[in-house]
Amino acid sequence: MSVFSTIVSQLFNGLQSGSIYALVALGYSMVYGIIMLLNFAHGDIIMVGAYIAWIMMTMLGLPPVIGIIAAIAGCTLLGVLIEKAAYSPLRKSPRLSLLITAIGISFFLENISQLIMGAGAKAMPSIISGSNFRLGTTEISFVSTVTIVVSVLSMVLLTFLVQKTKMGKGMRAVSEDMGAAQLMGISVNKTISFTFAVGSALAGIGAVLYCSAYPQASPTMGSMLGLKAFVAAVLGGIGSIPGAMIGGFAIGLLEALVSALGLSVWKDGVVFAILIVVLLVKPTGIMGRVIKEKV
Amino acid sequence: MKKILCIALVLIFAFGALAGCGSGGTNTTPSASPSASADGSASPSASGGAANGGTIKIGILGPLTGEAAQYGIAVSHGAQLYIDQINDAGGINGKKIETVVYDDKGDPTESVNAFSRMVDEGITGLIGPVTSKPTLAVVDEALTYNMPLITASATAAAVTYNADTQTVNTNVFRTCFIDPFQGEKMAQFANDVLKAKTAAVIFQTGDDYSVGLKDAFVAKCEELGINVVDQEGYSKGDKDFKSQLTNINSKSPDVVFSPNYYEDDGMLVTQARQAGIKATFMGGDGWNNVSKYASPADLEGSVYCSGYASGSTDEIKAFEAAFTAKYSGETPDMFSAQAYDAAIVLLDAIKAAEEKGLEAGSDDYKAAVIDAMKNTTSVGLGGKYSFDEYNNPIKSAVIMKLADGKETFSQMF
Repeated sequence: MSVFSTIVSQLFNGLQSGSIYALVALGYSMVYGIIMLLNFAHGDIIMVGAYIAWIMMTMLGLPPVIGIIAAIAGCTLLGVLIEKAAYSPLRKSPRLSLLITAIGISFFLENISQLIMGAGAKAMPSIISGSNFRLGTTEISFVSTVTIVVSVLSMVLLTFLVQKTKMGKGMRAVSEDMGAAQLMGISVNKTISFTFAVGSALAGIGAVLYCSAYPQASPTMGSMLGLKAFVAAVLGGIGSIPGAMIGGFAIGLLEALVSALGLSVWKDGVVFAILIVVLLVKPTGIMGRVIKEKV
Repeated sequence: MKKILCIALVLIFAFGALAGCGSGGTNTTPSASPSASADGSASPSASGGAANGGTIKIGILGPLTGEAAQYGIAVSHGAQLYIDQINDAGGINGKKIETVVYDDKGDPTESVNAFSRMVDEGITGLIGPVTSKPTLAVVDEALTYNMPLITASATAAAVTYNADTQTVNTNVFRTCFIDPFQGEKMAQFANDVLKAKTAAVIFQTGDDYSVGLKDAFVAKCEELGINVVDQEGYSKGDKDFKSQLTNINSKSPDVVFSPNYYEDDGMLVTQARQAGIKATFMGGDGWNNVSKYASPADLEGSVYCSGYASGSTDEIKAFEAAFTAKYSGETPDMFSAQAYDAAIVLLDAIKAAEEKGLEAGSDDYKAAVIDAMKNTTSVGLGGKYSFDEYNNPIKSAVIMKLADGKETFSQMF
C-alpha cells in the first residue's frame, strides 16, 4: 500500500469517528442552546440505544432494520422522558441543580443497565454489512462510508428542520429568549421536549452507527463517547449547530492523526488538552457567539 | 479528654482485631470442610495407617471466598480429585494423603497466616496459592522452610525467580504457563506451522499481560527470522483501533499477533477486517471466549494458545467425567486441570521421597520432594511436565483454532 492510500484510509477513519462525535455533539449543543444545560446523560442515552438494538436483534432475533428503528425510537422516548421527569420540574431552579441532576441521571442509567444487563460487554451482531470497495488503490471500509453518509444526511435534515420549519423557528426563538418567545405564543414546554426528542433521536442514530463500527454494548460505553462529544461541542462553540458538526469532525480527524503517528496512548490526552486550550483561549469555540449578560 | 478518646480508640481497634480473628476463625471452618471428606476417608485408615507410618499431609491454599473464589474453588477441587483418586487406589507406599485446605480470600496476609498454620499442622508440600500476589507473599515464607510448593495458576515470573537477587526459588514450581511463554509459543507456531515471514503486533500498553506476551513474541520472532513490521499500542478502554490497524494494513504482514483479552480481541478482529487486513490473527489464552465477540467470518482461521481444551484427549475426557461425577455436575476448567496436574507432579515427587524411606515432614524429605519435582518427568493432562532452569513447566500448549465461529481444539504444539 502506498503512503497516499494509507493517508486516505486514515482520513476515512477520522471522518467515521468524527461523524459519530458530531451526531452526539449536536445533542449536547441543541440542549445547551435551548435551556443552558450540559446534559451529561446524553452519552448514556446512546448506551441505552445500543442495548435496545442488542435486545431486538439478539434476544428477540429480529432483523437489523427493526433494531435500528427501535433504537432510534427508544432513544427519542427516553430523551423526552428524562426531560419531563428530571429536568422540567427544575426549570426555575439554579442551573447548578440541573447540571447535578444530569450527572445523577447519567449514573442512574449506567447503573441500572449494569444491573439489568450485567457489567460485561454484549457482542453486537453486525447491523450494517457490505464488502469494502476500492477507490483507486485504496480500500475503503463499507461501514465507514455508510456512517459518514448517514451522519451528513442527518445533519442536512437537522439544518433544514431548524432553519425552514415552524418548529425550528420556535426552537431558535426559545433559545434566543425564552420569555419573549412565550409572549409571542410559542409553547416553551413543547419546544423544549421537541428539542430533546430531536437530540436524542440523533443519539439513537449515533448508537446504531457506533455499534456498527465497534460492535459491543457495555454499560459505560456512553461515558467516554459523551465526554469526547462534549469536547467537540465546546470546540465548535456550544449552542451552535454547525459548530457541533465542525467540532465533531475535528476531534475525529485529530484522534486518527494522533493514532496514525503511533501516539495512540496520547489520544484521549490530546482531546482533553484541546478542551483546556479552547476554554483558555476562546471559550466561545469556533462558531460560538459572545452573548452579553443583560442585567 | 484526649486520653479517654485514645483509650476508646485503642479498645475499638483491639476489639476490631479480635473480631477479625474471630471471623477468620469461623471462616476457616467452612473452608476446611471440603477437606473433611478427605479427612473422613483418611481417618479410618490413619488408625490403621499407624502401623505403616500414618498419613502424609499436603496443604491446598487458595481463595475459596471473595473475588477470586471461582479460581480458588476450581484449583482446590482439581487437586483434591487427584488426591482422592490416589487414596482410593491405596495411597502412596500404603500411606493416605491427607489434605489441609485453607481459604486465603485472595489476600496476601491471609495467605501467609494460613501457610504458617499449615506448617504447624505438619504439611510436607503445598499446592497453591492461586493468585499471583498471595503466591509471591507465601513464596517468601516457604523458602525459609524449604517447603515444596507448586502453584497451578500464579503466572507472575517473580513466583519462581527473584530478579533482585537473581536467584531461582528452588522449592517453587508451577504447572501453568508464565505469560511470556505464550508469546514464544505463538512465534514458534507462526514460523513452523503458518510459515509466516512477516508479523505485526497490536497490544494494550501498560498492561503486564499484553506487554509481556508482546515482548516475548517479538524477541522470539527476531530469533526465528520473522520480520516484525509494525508494533501498535492502544490504551485500556479504547474501542477505536482503526488508525492503528490501517497502519498495520499498510505493511501487509502475514500474521497479526494480538495478545489481549477477548472483548478487545473481538473488536480488533472486526475492525481489522473492515480496515482490509486479511492476515491470520493469533493470540494468547486471553482469547478464550472470543467467539462471542466477533463474527464467524471475521474470526475464521484465527489461532490462539491455551492451557486447556475441553474434551480434546482421552485423558481429559476421563478427568472431566470424574470431576463432574465428584462435584455434582460442575464442569472443570483450565484451573482445575492445572491443579490436577500440580497434584500429579507433587504426588509423583512424594512417591520418590517415600521410596527413599524418609520420614514425612522432615527436612530431608522435603528436599527429596523438591529434587524429585525438578528431575522427574510427570505425565499430566497437559502432556509431559518437566521444568526449566526457572522451574517453569516445559509442556505443550493447546492450540485452538476458530472455525465456523467455534473455538475448536486444533493440536498440541
